[in-house]
Amino acid sequence: MRLRGLMQARTGGLLALALVIAVLPLALPNNFYYQVAVLVGLNAIVCVGLNLLIGYAGQISLGHAGFFGLGAYASAVLTAKFGWPAPLALVAGATGVALLAFVLARPILRLKGHYLAMATLGMGIIISIVINQEIPLTGGPDGMPVPGFALFGLRLTGDRTWYWIVGGLLLLSVWLSLNLIESPVGRAFRALHGSEVAAETVGIDTARFKVLAFVVSAVFAAVAGSAFAHFAGFVTPVEAQFLRSIEFVTMVVFGGMASVFGAVVGAAVLTALPQILTAFHDYEMIALGVVLIGTMILMPRGMLPSLAALTRRWMR
Amino acid sequence: MSMLSVDRLRKEFGGVQAVVEVSFAIEAGRIHSIIGPNGAGKTTLFNLVNGLYAPSGGRVSFLGCDVTGLRPYELAARGMARTFQNLQVFFNMSALENVMVGCHLKSDTRLLPSMLGWPSIARGDRATRARAVELLHEVGLDAWVDADAAAMPYGALKRLEIARALAAEPKLLLLDEPAAGLNPTETREIDRLIQRVAAAGVTVLLVEHDMRLVMDVSDRIIVLNFGRKLAEGTAQEVRRNPEVIAAYLGTAAAQGAGSRHA
Ligand SMILES: Nc1ncnc2c1ncn2[C@@H]1O[C@H](COP(=O)(O)OP(=O)(O)O)[C@@H](O)[C@H]1O
Ligand SMILES: [Mg+2]
Repeated sequence: MRLRGLMQARTGGLLALALVIAVLPLALPNNFYYQVAVLVGLNAIVCVGLNLLIGYAGQISLGHAGFFGLGAYASAVLTAKFGWPAPLALVAGATGVALLAFVLARPILRLKGHYLAMATLGMGIIISIVINQEIPLTGGPDGMPVPGFALFGLRLTGDRTWYWIVGGLLLLSVWLSLNLIESPVGRAFRALHGSEVAAETVGIDTARFKVLAFVVSAVFAAVAGSAFAHFAGFVTPVEAQFLRSIEFVTMVVFGGMASVFGAVVGAAVLTALPQILTAFHDYEMIALGVVLIGTMILMPRGMLPSLAALTRRWMR
Repeated sequence: MSMLSVDRLRKEFGGVQAVVEVSFAIEAGRIHSIIGPNGAGKTTLFNLVNGLYAPSGGRVSFLGCDVTGLRPYELAARGMARTFQNLQVFFNMSALENVMVGCHLKSDTRLLPSMLGWPSIARGDRATRARAVELLHEVGLDAWVDADAAAMPYGALKRLEIARALAAEPKLLLLDEPAAGLNPTETREIDRLIQRVAAAGVTVLLVEHDMRLVMDVSDRIIVLNFGRKLAEGTAQEVRRNPEVIAAYLGTAAAQGAGSRHA
């Protein structure tokens, strides 16, 4: 029974998301709104991946903007400086980030709680420093232009085209992570969140599964970064900055930990609101802090799970 | 070849000697018990045997192989499962999912097929689910299959841990005070469950405070006191051992034992 409920929630959720992506353009008055929607989608992809690590496997990362930035710069540098085809650059960026995350994960994820937070924070900061310093390659703090994305001779340009690409990528990300969560691998993630001792005792190599969650979430961020670079046509080190990492974590926590669609909702609300309410912009840091504190106090499970519980109560 | 043998096993925590030069061997296909007063080192001994703690000295061998220093998941893969005195339940999951995690070792955990939702993964999961339902039935938790673990009462969680441990189809099952905190009826159920598990061919090593339970089900008993092995033998032998009586059983238990065998 629970299984059928889950399948419905899953297929239903995917369909609902597809529907939203399909009809949203009717409500988007101009290109600016398309751009906001693309940014929402890209952040949502990062958050869906990050939620696997934070919400499901129970490990924090305050450095995922580093992976987003590395993906963005891999695409930028490989296409602009070395003339690689964009798809190849994207794959190379994602592979490089996967390798880096794999190497970093074992020592870092041996830490717990505050120590893990500090280590991932340091990792993100180092990545952003490297991007800032490698001026010949990255242009340093000034950033660098990125050529458009060409696929089989077809150039992908225009905010509307990108809307559909990112929409498709988001659906793909959600589908992949739903599959993962409902598999034995996903259960192992949740098990090590629930009790590492018990997880080890039933045969789960907890170190291996933490690394796996870390690498997968890093790859989601890198791919989103690559897409962002081509969409924006210009990248700066701001994309890899600490504040971006905090934004991602806030979106995951706000939307709902251990809820794939929650991550999407969190990304949507926290990306779109500041863009649309521009007055808000100068106070972004403060607003983020307020949202994070408010979420922890008022709905510690996050927005979507809390709303779902509320509606269930009303339905009864 | 014995199922499990420990040789001069030691564990110190700072200045506390929790386990001191303990040696014993247990044979396959029986129920063995470890008894001893609170703080005697029983749980620490379990943690050493199943790899949660690294010993300060001594060796552990399991099924003829030296397994000293192996991690718990490696021992699980070799056929050792356990439950915890202080519950270690996955409170972020349902009862069913807890037991399904117990089937981890037999599950397909390849990343790409899992992410791409290959049909073989879903098929394997359906089989796991059916097996988990069966196990919950075996421990008498039919009513709790879909319940969130966090909403279950203590007695049910004790049995849930046993079902999860059995899900890995262990050769050796370590039970740390499975009846602690249970009422007499629940204790009798656990008693019967342990006997059923042993009858199915699983070797059981039991730590228990409930003397009646221990005496009823154990083929052999090891007595610990202040981290040392005080005695070892059948229930009758242990019960008559003057040192054991002095250290642990006290006169009440000795009298109880006498009256039951009169
Ligand atoms: N992780 C630990 N750190 C420090 N001391 C411990 C730890 N675990 C157990 N001890 C100590 O070791 C002794 C044995 O404890 P334990 O194995 O839990 O006994 P039992 O299970 O027989 O009641 C006790 O003195 C206890 O305080
Ligand atoms: Mg104990």
